[in-house]
This record gives sequence, C-alpha cells and structure tokens, in this order.
Amino acid sequence: MAIGKTAIEAVGVTKIFQSSGQDSLKALDNVSVTIGENEFFTLLGPSGCGKTTLLRLIAGFDFPTDGQILLHGQDIAPLPPFQRPVNTVFQNYALFPHMTVGQNIGFGLEMQGKPKAQVEARVAEMLRLVQMEELKNRRTSQISGGQQQRVALARALAPEPKVLLLDEPLSALDYKLRKEMQIELKRLQNETGITFIFVTHDQEEALTMSDRIAVMSKGKILQVGSPRDIYDRPAVRFVANFIGETNFLEGKVVSTAKGQAKIALDSGATISAGLGEGAKPSGKVTVVVRPEHASLVAASGKATLSGKLENIVYFGTDTHYHVKLNGGGEFTIRHQNVHAGALGFEKGDKVGVLFGAEAARVLRD
Amino acid sequence: MATPREIAVAAEQRDIRNRWLLSSPALIIIFLAAIGPLFVVLLYSFMLKGDYGDVKPWQFSSDGWFGVFLQRDIFDDTLTIADAHISIFWRSVKLSLVTTLVTLFLGFPTAYFIATRPPQRRDIWLFLVTIPFWTNILIRTFAMQEVIRNEGIVNSVMIWIGLISAPVQIMFTDWAILFGMAYVYLPLMVLPLYASMEKIDFRLVEAGYDLYATRLQVLWRIIIPLVKPGIIAGSILVFIPSLGAYVTPRVLGGGKNMMLGNLIELQFGQGRNWPLGAALSITLMIIVTFALLVYVRNASKSGGSHG
Repeated sequence: MAIGKTAIEAVGVTKIFQSSGQDSLKALDNVSVTIGENEFFTLLGPSGCGKTTLLRLIAGFDFPTDGQILLHGQDIAPLPPFQRPVNTVFQNYALFPHMTVGQNIGFGLEMQGKPKAQVEARVAEMLRLVQMEELKNRRTSQISGGQQQRVALARALAPEPKVLLLDEPLSALDYKLRKEMQIELKRLQNETGITFIFVTHDQEEALTMSDRIAVMSKGKILQVGSPRDIYDRPAVRFVANFIGETNFLEGKVVSTAKGQAKIALDSGATISAGLGEGAKPSGKVTVVVRPEHASLVAASGKATLSGKLENIVYFGTDTHYHVKLNGGGEFTIRHQNVHAGALGFEKGDKVGVLFGAEAARVLRD
Repeated sequence: MATPREIAVAAEQRDIRNRWLLSSPALIIIFLAAIGPLFVVLLYSFMLKGDYGDVKPWQFSSDGWFGVFLQRDIFDDTLTIADAHISIFWRSVKLSLVTTLVTLFLGFPTAYFIATRPPQRRDIWLFLVTIPFWTNILIRTFAMQEVIRNEGIVNSVMIWIGLISAPVQIMFTDWAILFGMAYVYLPLMVLPLYASMEKIDFRLVEAGYDLYATRLQVLWRIIIPLVKPGIIAGSILVFIPSLGAYVTPRVLGGGKNMMLGNLIELQFGQGRNWPLGAALSITLMIIVTFALLVYVRNASKSGGSHG
C-alpha cells in the first residue's frame, strides 16, 4: 500500500528495561517502522511483545535506550510528553475523577494556555463529535464504560494532536459495545484526518479497522502490511498462526519459478505455492493454506490432497471439515453455509482437498 | 396460634432488643469514659474554687469563666483583660497552625516518595516513619533538646563549619516548641497523606503530562486534588494535639513560653484554681470544634467546586 507523507518514523529503536538484579528485559529490539499521515496503523501482538512499549516511547512516558523517533522528520525521543503534539487514549481511560466530563475534555487545551472562550467552544465541538452533549457536567464516575471511552477519545482529540495513540482502548468494553466503538473509531479517524496508532492483541479488531498492521512478537516487528496482506500472505509462521486459523503443510522445495514454488509435501503430494517478493527458498519449508481458501471435493485425481473426513463441526455461518490427510497431517476446511444445505459428505468419507497455487503460501522461516 | 403478623412483630421487637443489648458495652464505655468526665469538667467550671485546690461542691460561681479572658486586680478588685491568657491562646493557635503547615510541607514529599517506591519497599519506609512512635514522647522531646540546645548538635556543627561564631539560642523560644512539635507530629501527617497517595492511579499523572501539563501543573491540578482527603485528615490529626500540647512546650519552651496545655495544667497544680482550669479546657474544646467545622466545610466546598 502506498504511503503518503510520513507522520511518525521509528529508526532502530531499542528499549531495555533495567529491572532489579542483573536481569534486564529487552522490550524492543532494533525496531524500525514508518507510519504515514492520516493512517490508521495498528500494532498487533500478544501481551509482552513490545507494542505498548513502542506506544509509550512515542508518547514520551519512556525514553528509548537506542534509536530515534521522528515526528515529521524531527527527533522527539528526548522531549518530555507535555512537549509532544501527541495524545494518548489510555487502556483504562485514566479520566480525572475530580473533574467533570467537560473539564476532562478541556484539560489539554487549558494546559496549552488557550483562552477560555476557545476552550469552551472546542469542548462543545468535541462533545458533539462523540455525541455526548448532555453529559458535559457529569462526573466521570457517573457515566458508563462506553461513555467514559468516548470522553477519553474526546479529551485526547481536543488539542488536535498530530498523532493519536490508542492503547487497547476497547479491551474493557463488552462485545457489542466494542463492535460499535470499532466503527465509531474508524469514523472519527476519517473525520479528523489524524494519524491513529492503535495497539491491540485482538486480531479481529486489527483486521477490521486498520489501514496497515504491524505484527509484533518478542520486541520485533515481524511483518507490516495491509490487513489483506497480513491475512492472505503471512510471511512467517508466527503471523500465520497468530492471525486467524491456518493449515500448515511441511515439505521440500523441488523448484522455483516466477514467484511460485513446487513443493513436495512430506505426505507425498506435490503442490504449487506462492512466494514472498524476492524469496528463493530451498530445502525444508512450511506452506500455509487458510481454511476458507480450500474446498472439499469428492476423492478423485483432480484433488490437490486426499484423505478421510474425520469430523464436521457446524458453526452457524459456516461449517468446519476436519480431514485426516493420507500420508499424515490434518487439514481444516471452512465452508460458508448456504441456503441450499450441507455439502453432502459424511464422517468417514474418503474426500479430496482442492486449492490453487494462489491460496498456498511458502513461509519465510 | 399466633398469626404470621404477630410472629413478624415479635421478631422485630426481638431484633431491636438484641441490637441494644449488643451495643450496650460500647455505650457504657462512651458514657462512663468520655461523656461523663466531660460533664464533670463542665460542672466544675461553674463551681467556686476550693482553698487548697478542688472545688467547693455545689457552690456555684462564674469566677472560673470570668478568669478565662479577664483578671481581677489583687489590690482594687477592678477587672482587666487577662493579657497573659490572650497571648497564650494566640501562641497556641499560631504555633499549631505553623506546625501543621511545616508538617504538611515536610510530609507531602515524604509521603509522595514512599508512595512511588516499589510495593515491597514501601513497608520498610513506613516502618521507619512509625519507629518514633515506639518511644515515649518525653524521651523524644529530650532528644530534640539535645539537638537544639546551645551545646547541642545543630549549634556545634554550625560553629564547627564557621557559619556562626557563638551558639544561637533556640531552647526556650517559640522556635524550639515549633521544632519539637513538628518532629513529634510529623508521622501523623505522613501516614494519612500516604494512605491517600497510595490510592492514586499514576496513569492519571501520565495522562496529565500527555495533555501538556508541566510538572507543577500536574502537581497542582491532579495530584493535590486527589490527595485532598489525606491533607484534611493529616492537618486535623496534627492541629488538634498541637493545640493542647503539654510535654513539648514544657520541656523545650521552658516556663515562660507556655501553651494552653501548660496553662490548664498550672490551674490544676500550683494555681489551685480548678474552675478556671475546667473553663480553659472547655474553651480549648470549643476552639478545636469551631476550627474543625470551618475547615471541613471549606475543604468540602472547594472540593465540590472542582466538579
């Protein structure tokens, strides 16, 4: 995906936390990433992967051990948080309990020394933006979790930051409210045109909202790309495994040509699979196929793989077929349920699995 | 056969009886140990003083109350304002206020320091703060004397480094009383301050910095409003005992720099004027109650205007 002007750029950022004793924790290991203006950028990874640390370095709550953080080309890493045009929406909102909703939203502007009338006008505007005009004089303890979330957003957006940082802001909400807020966040980002950097461990959240996603693990960024890139073309096993469900097939490279490789699987069959840009694998490799990118067919010569249908699990919107492959290994196929009814296979049937080279992908490691 | 209604009424009556029965030990203690003696003090303040202390029972007089702010000339019996009492009242209020302020200014950073340590180490710091409580107040006061007397640590060190050439007289001044009281009552300020600081979610501080507040603004606009209950509690805990302090002004202030506690003691001892002593005690109580009312009302009002 093409990136416009750069908003935030991390260059070789390393963060080591010196804990008590000799053991120190490398939370970020030489991380470099470029985030464009007006982009909804998500840092996705399991807890402890360094995503929140990177966010806190951008906000200024911690300082990098090594490397630079550039905002529009200027290194902001040494600046204290109150000198950075960057605002944060905290995981538990961190609303000031001794102030009203309106005072919370106006706090940033007031600290910037804006005249009272201007602060008032902007607070009213923000309250309108998050649809909470009537709650201006409420205490933050007197409003619901979803409303607190909106206040936290409005408070962070009020000073018109260059970049908005969101630290798992939806994790405290229930499922339905989370869905609503995902759409709401996307709308706010479109309306304000501010760069959003969103931290989450929820892959679904990342896929539905982001322009681009960076998948992180153990202090490193493993892959950066659009949600479709990340989902359809995972580069490494961790990304394939962390996001969605995946079938892993082990095999050896027979030949490579034009971004495709012929792989002789350990189970005996030979398949074609797509390659990452510039990749020239050899020897043992892993191929991934998403469950919904393969289809279940009758056992015949046309099938890519063959095996025995072991289990059928009905999920409402779709059905999962678990196939025991001939020659070892398992394969799951997800089939969208349609009005016409089931596929007509029974447990124990001999079946074939069909997928093309574009559905299979060779991993980098 | 009792109807269900009768059973319900009987159960309710039994409940009420049990409630009184269970709370009676506490009620007896409160009446015997707190309200009873107070009533005796009030009664004594309206009686005629005995010739060798005590009071002449059931001979009522308002002399005790007159003596609080007035004095009768021993030669011509004219009444004049009791300057000595007024100055003692004023000194007590003044020193107690300053002590409260000093302990607040010393205690705030101390409590903040402890509250920002890792949880395991906070206990050690709190333990250190409470250690002086294990020692008798008289001993602590004499220890303070050792620090501030003319040949004491402070003067010796200042002379040794050449800051002064002759010892500075601190003992038997209001300063000595102030130092002593600030030292003795500091833990009473630190502990409630710590208790409310410990509850602060320090992400609020981060949120403040994130929203362009400088360190000073974060302190003023976020930390202090959140610690306010601790500031109120600490100030009350320091101000009230300071106002009635007895040991510290006696040891460090000497005979001339009396505070209310010493004045009251004097009436029951050498003064042999129990009604005056009783009236002074009640006056002290009225001052404390009044100060508390004003303080708590102001504090809760300004807390309310915040939002």
